[in-house]
Amino acid sequence: MARRKASFLDKSILLPAIWASFAKMHPRAMARNPVMFVTEIGAALTTVALFTGGAKDVAFSAQIAAWLWFTVLFANFAEAVAEGRGKAQADALRRTRTMTIAKQVWPDGTWAPIKAEDLRKGNVILVEAGQTIAADGEIVEGVAMVDESAITGESAPVLREAGGDRSSVTGGTKVLSDWIKVVVTADPGESFLDRMIGLVEGAKRRKTPNEIALTILLSALTIVFLVVVATLKCFGTYSGVDFPVAVLVALLVCLIPTTIGGLLSAIGIAGIDRLVQKNVLAMSGRAVEAAGDVDVLLLDKTGTITLGDRQAVAFIPATGVTMGQLCEAAQLASIADETPEGRSIVVLAKEHGLRGRSLKDFPEARFAGFTAQTRMSGVDLDGRSIRKGSAEAVRALMGGGLPAEVEAQVKEIALSGGTPLVVAENGRAMGVVHLKDIVKGGLRDRFDRFRAMGIKTVMITGDNRLTAEAIAREAGVDDFLAEARPEDKLALIRKEQTKGRLVAMTGDGTNDAPALAQADVGVAMNTGTQAAKEAGNMVDLDSNPTKLLEIVETGKQMLMTRGALTTFSIANDVAKYFAILPAMLMGAFPAIAPLNVMRLGSPESAVLSAVIFNALVIVALIPLAIRGVKFRPLSAPVLLRRNLALYGAGGILIPFAGIKAIDLIITALHVA
Amino acid sequence: MTIFGWIQLAVFTGLLLSMTKPAGLFLARVLDPAGRTFLDPILKPVERLAYRAMGVKPASEQSWKAYAFSLMAFSAAGTAFSFLILRHQDLLPLNPQGFGPMSGHLAFNTAVSFASNTNWQNYAGESTLSYFSQMVALTFQNFASAAVGVAVAAALVRGIARHAAATIGNFWVDLIRVTLYLLLPLSLVYGILLVWQGVPETFGANVKAAGFEAGQVIARGPVASQEAIKMLGTNGGGFFNANSAHPFENPTPLSNFIEMLSIFLIPAGLTWYFGASVKNKRHGWTLWGVMAFLFLAAAVVCWRAEAAGNPRLAALGVSQRQGNMEGKEVRFGAASSALFATVTTDASCGAVNAMHDSFTPLGGLVPLVNIQLGEVVFGGVGSGLYGMIIFVVVAVFLAGLMVGRTPEYLGKKIEAYDVKLCVLYVITTILATLGFAAAAALSKWGVAGLGNSGPHGLSEILYAYSSCAGNNGSAFAGLNGGGFAYNMTLGLAMLAGRFLVIVPVMALAGNLGAKKIVPASGGTFPLSGFTFGALLVSTILIVGALTFLPALSLGPIVEHFIMRATTALFG
Repeated sequence: MARRKASFLDKSILLPAIWASFAKMHPRAMARNPVMFVTEIGAALTTVALFTGGAKDVAFSAQIAAWLWFTVLFANFAEAVAEGRGKAQADALRRTRTMTIAKQVWPDGTWAPIKAEDLRKGNVILVEAGQTIAADGEIVEGVAMVDESAITGESAPVLREAGGDRSSVTGGTKVLSDWIKVVVTADPGESFLDRMIGLVEGAKRRKTPNEIALTILLSALTIVFLVVVATLKCFGTYSGVDFPVAVLVALLVCLIPTTIGGLLSAIGIAGIDRLVQKNVLAMSGRAVEAAGDVDVLLLDKTGTITLGDRQAVAFIPATGVTMGQLCEAAQLASIADETPEGRSIVVLAKEHGLRGRSLKDFPEARFAGFTAQTRMSGVDLDGRSIRKGSAEAVRALMGGGLPAEVEAQVKEIALSGGTPLVVAENGRAMGVVHLKDIVKGGLRDRFDRFRAMGIKTVMITGDNRLTAEAIAREAGVDDFLAEARPEDKLALIRKEQTKGRLVAMTGDGTNDAPALAQADVGVAMNTGTQAAKEAGNMVDLDSNPTKLLEIVETGKQMLMTRGALTTFSIANDVAKYFAILPAMLMGAFPAIAPLNVMRLGSPESAVLSAVIFNALVIVALIPLAIRGVKFRPLSAPVLLRRNLALYGAGGILIPFAGIKAIDLIITALHVA
Repeated sequence: MTIFGWIQLAVFTGLLLSMTKPAGLFLARVLDPAGRTFLDPILKPVERLAYRAMGVKPASEQSWKAYAFSLMAFSAAGTAFSFLILRHQDLLPLNPQGFGPMSGHLAFNTAVSFASNTNWQNYAGESTLSYFSQMVALTFQNFASAAVGVAVAAALVRGIARHAAATIGNFWVDLIRVTLYLLLPLSLVYGILLVWQGVPETFGANVKAAGFEAGQVIARGPVASQEAIKMLGTNGGGFFNANSAHPFENPTPLSNFIEMLSIFLIPAGLTWYFGASVKNKRHGWTLWGVMAFLFLAAAVVCWRAEAAGNPRLAALGVSQRQGNMEGKEVRFGAASSALFATVTTDASCGAVNAMHDSFTPLGGLVPLVNIQLGEVVFGGVGSGLYGMIIFVVVAVFLAGLMVGRTPEYLGKKIEAYDVKLCVLYVITTILATLGFAAAAALSKWGVAGLGNSGPHGLSEILYAYSSCAGNNGSAFAGLNGGGFAYNMTLGLAMLAGRFLVIVPVMALAGNLGAKKIVPASGGTFPLSGFTFGALLVSTILIVGALTFLPALSLGPIVEHFIMRATTALFG
């Protein structure tokens, strides 16, 4: 997928967007957005009045009509630009969905070619090296390296195999080596790729709950102002003033919340789009919105909070053993150990001044790998038998207790949240290796900021309480759930939800699926199982659980943008009243002149300036709507104070300056 | 603007502040069916008797629909009851003046007016109504409509305070307890205070004063009893046509002060009751603060305009040193008249001690805007609080998104349905006000009823429909609203402004009550303090007041500028 960050002024987006703005003027499309629909009707009315002689001052009315049409166009343009960014990505995706011929496997083991679009759920296909996987599915047999770059943008191939948590494959990805048999899990048109295309294009976009509520409010304000303007016409008749259609429509359009009305859908589309750029696919706008509302984050310890692998941080020799001896023993025991833990021991030994050695240096050595029975690994070399393993395993190996000081060290490391490994040589305990979970950098800060925003972080781990507590303390999470089984996770989510809280979590395994489905925001890892991906409402293509934090931020940012522009839009009304009302009354009641606080040039220029401002402000705010307001992790009272000053007070003041400036220009140009 | 006026304003605000918590505490006990008051020994048996007589099971609560249905049925029955009495007062006792029956449309207007807590009066009490009509048809409604208002507010407060609840209280219990424990005892004490100040309370017929040429007729009657509940229940329907400007309704500056304070007593107490009920007293006090701010701002603007007087009259040699004294009682003067006008329109009372029609354009604009804001500045008993809560919900929804969460109010998520109910409330009042006013301004009957032409005439029309749709009941005196068309349209405006808006409020109570309460956290929208107060004030002014600005600009606003202009622009 094109991960290039599309700029707002990109030509490939701009030109189609301009066309789309016109196409969107169809009343059926406009009716989705009541505020802009009323604006369009107003523009049409004004235009009709031009030709039916309803307008006295034709030049003035024509300009009003033109700017009203521009207002509609600008709003459509905002939506089209937001959609265009998605379309570019969708096109890139579509290119990967080439016409594939798959090999359908029959129950008797033979296979026959079948077109990808004829595949149905339950069919089994064979995919061999070099072929593109024709549909989403679950591997039932085989193991293969798969290139998923078409979906994730990640060029390194990933291992996929039958059984376990790495069994799902996505249509459009490519098998690089070996072969797999895949049972198809999605009918054509419902595949992951199809959903992705639909999402980024915004084709099937449904209004989110909050967007619906906001639309109701904006529609109500529109109705209110319709009543206001219609009755004003009546009161005018009573007062002997005949307001021209163009002026009444101008007043109406300026008062109804066109700014937010015109940008509302762009904000929603851009919100989903911003997540796509972070390589997260939200299955619905509702999920993005829920992300902003989350109160509790359930974070898996491994992968999210810690780097996932324990690392050796210290050697503690037993009595009578030198540091050098322990280092050497530990190094030898780990030379053939390819686990990250093993490698970290070698690295630590090197840091203690021990020369790095490789397997080739010991051709005659016999390495003992880790097995479930021995729960130890090590090496037999020159009559030395070196083993490392858990205290329990080494204790069993030695047939008796460990030396008291070693036992004490083991206990101390366990208490501190680390994992002790005991190294033994020929039945003698040499000392202890301290393995530790490494907490990812910068998390504590981030958790602090979440706390300030009222979001509680809970670490989930299978570790025992002691270990969990130590890591929780180090990472700075608010709470932890130790020795957690999948059902405990589910129970915790339910408990928080009955208290009215919204919960977000990440997961990848099939046993995570119930919890992912229960959570308000469930982010499945792309490496995870099909079941997990279906249960969650977001998929992280990078399979990076820490991304959850960014998802929450993006959700909040979308809500903030919506709120900021709503406030700004409504606050704008104050200045528009002061521009248009005196202009409307000046003719009949010259005494009202002092109400023209902006000292606008003429009644016509005043009305025109307000309408132009109203149209231009939509264009001016498109970048903000698409980028989103700057996200700041602050507490609600601080945020409210900031944003209220910025968008509320700013919304009252800016149009005074803007309308005045436009008035100066059009007066100088003598257009009104 | 005299020092006496400032002192009065300060004492008034200070006393209001000090009465808020005691009143709120007492309200909390009255509105809790199990609450205990010091009146229990005397009133508990009466309360039980009332439940038995009405077949009410006090322990069983109602859903919002059942609550709303009971309320509507009760109000409809009450309206019919009052209507019938007014239509047949000639057949009923206590009619020493031998008044005939009221006309049908006037009786409709009057019955609706009192049942909707509006107390718009298209009649002069002393020359139209028997004592029986005054005491039974009208004073009964003064109690009932006030109790209904408090009940609605209490139901809404319960809805907000409760967690996942199916019920919002029992209407009949609220009605009986508010009447019995709150309104009746207070009115009794208050009535006696008024009698001490010189308000009559008698069944005796009018008297002819000797010594005057034609023998002046002095109207009297059971005034004090009606006066007390008229203020306490923010009803405002006077015994006499001149209302609280009449010396028998409001004889002294002290009675004037007490009457003003008593208008705000229950509404102020309700803010405390609300804060305590939702366990956020600071929120309750913030609402109080916002109300007090809007009240003081309006009072000062109105007083300033009245104290400045009319430059046109000054130019003609009429002294404006006392301010604009046209239509004012000398014993009250500009300061007390402006303050009274502000208080009575902040609340939905509508009692007047001066003629708002005779105020300067700006002075008259203040009461008009107060009403159009929805009477949420302390407001009518109950209706002030629920109107304010609607504004708060709108404000929280508008700005709440800016903190990056779906808006929440006191732990309740504000969703599409809640927004729908709130906007229904707002649209109904605006439509009832502007729609009917526009119809009147365009019609022959509308213009024929005006006492003035031009902008002032428009102010009269706007005021009448604002007052009725807002259930205020005060009048811009110039308008003659007694005809059929005015009686019917004003009556319909009152019905819409009261009962059509109560339905969404009840539905909101039910809907919020059913929701879970999200515990507060650092991400929760702040509901108290300066920022929230400023947001709420702005919302009320932008959504509430600016809506009416276009109409007002053709009425009082243009009139103000014409008055200030150096040359006369209209003949």
